[in-house]
Amino acid sequence: MLNGEPHEAPRGASVLALLETIGLAPGRVAVEVNGRIARREDFARALLCENDRVEVVHFTGGG
Amino acid sequence: MKTDRLTIAGRGYPSRLIVGTGKYSGFEVMRRAIEASGASIVTVAVRRVDLSRRGGESLLDHIDTKQVTLLPNTAGCYTAEEAIRTARLAREAGLSELIKLEVIGDEKTLFPDNEGLLQATRVLVKEGFTVLPYTNDDLVVARRLRDAGAAAVMPLAAPIGSGLGIQNAVNLGLILEEIKDIPVIVDAGVGTASDAAIVLEMGADGVLMNTGIAGAGDPIRMARAMRLAVEAGRLAAEAGRIPRKLHATASSPITGLLR
Repeated sequence: MLNGEPHEAPRGASVLALLETIGLAPGRVAVEVNGRIARREDFARALLCENDRVEVVHFTGGG
Repeated sequence: MKTDRLTIAGRGYPSRLIVGTGKYSGFEVMRRAIEASGASIVTVAVRRVDLSRRGGESLLDHIDTKQVTLLPNTAGCYTAEEAIRTARLAREAGLSELIKLEVIGDEKTLFPDNEGLLQATRVLVKEGFTVLPYTNDDLVVARRLRDAGAAAVMPLAAPIGSGLGIQNAVNLGLILEEIKDIPVIVDAGVGTASDAAIVLEMGADGVLMNTGIAGAGDPIRMARAMRLAVEAGRLAAEAGRIPRKLHATASSPITGLLR
């Protein structure tokens, strides 16, 4: 699951690869995998498994 | 009274005005309003990336982060757990410990949940965050937040987005009288420039607003008005106003009159 929606990623894809396939620059987002934060320096090493729940957030307008 | 700069957790910021980035009609108006406000801190929200709108413009394309410091918020969080989770994500996204902590307790008024706010403040302070909690205009809560390690307290003037100005000057005055060791930043409810000036005249260290500028007929002009009001209010507070008196005192000499 990616941001609450089903998402197909290649088997063994890293967080970095996932961000690349969805066209996001890793420098501006934060990522949570199964409720745990994936550190930016670990994006390339953090490999995704089936049924992982991934959240990708960024800054948006707010007060 | 601390002069010229707003100091939060040992870091000085040239402006005492903090502005939000929500509710603007477009990024260009927002960018120009931030510039006109002279703010050195701007708030941002943390939200899921909208995957259906790939390749669109991003907020950060329009904010010069060399000029202004980002202050992520936990708006929309109704429990301490949600707010803590959001704060941790904000730290990862922005690589900064600053967090405007909101734990909302009521959907209609957006009033804070004091219990959740205190709980989240304690956890986040322990994790090294610089916590700026949005709180009620309640002295006892402000004191507890300070004791929990908050870097500032941010009492509301009126409900978020209401534009009503200071609704309880006595409560706010009591907080300002007692909380001296950390900044008191009035957050929410400012409707126009005079509201902001009064906040600073009362002795607040700063003021945070979003809708008051973004929702104005001309946000860029209002941003400038707020900047001037904050500067004027602060100057007046530092200068020391005259006491209020019931009767007149002549301004011109009372001797040498033509008889």
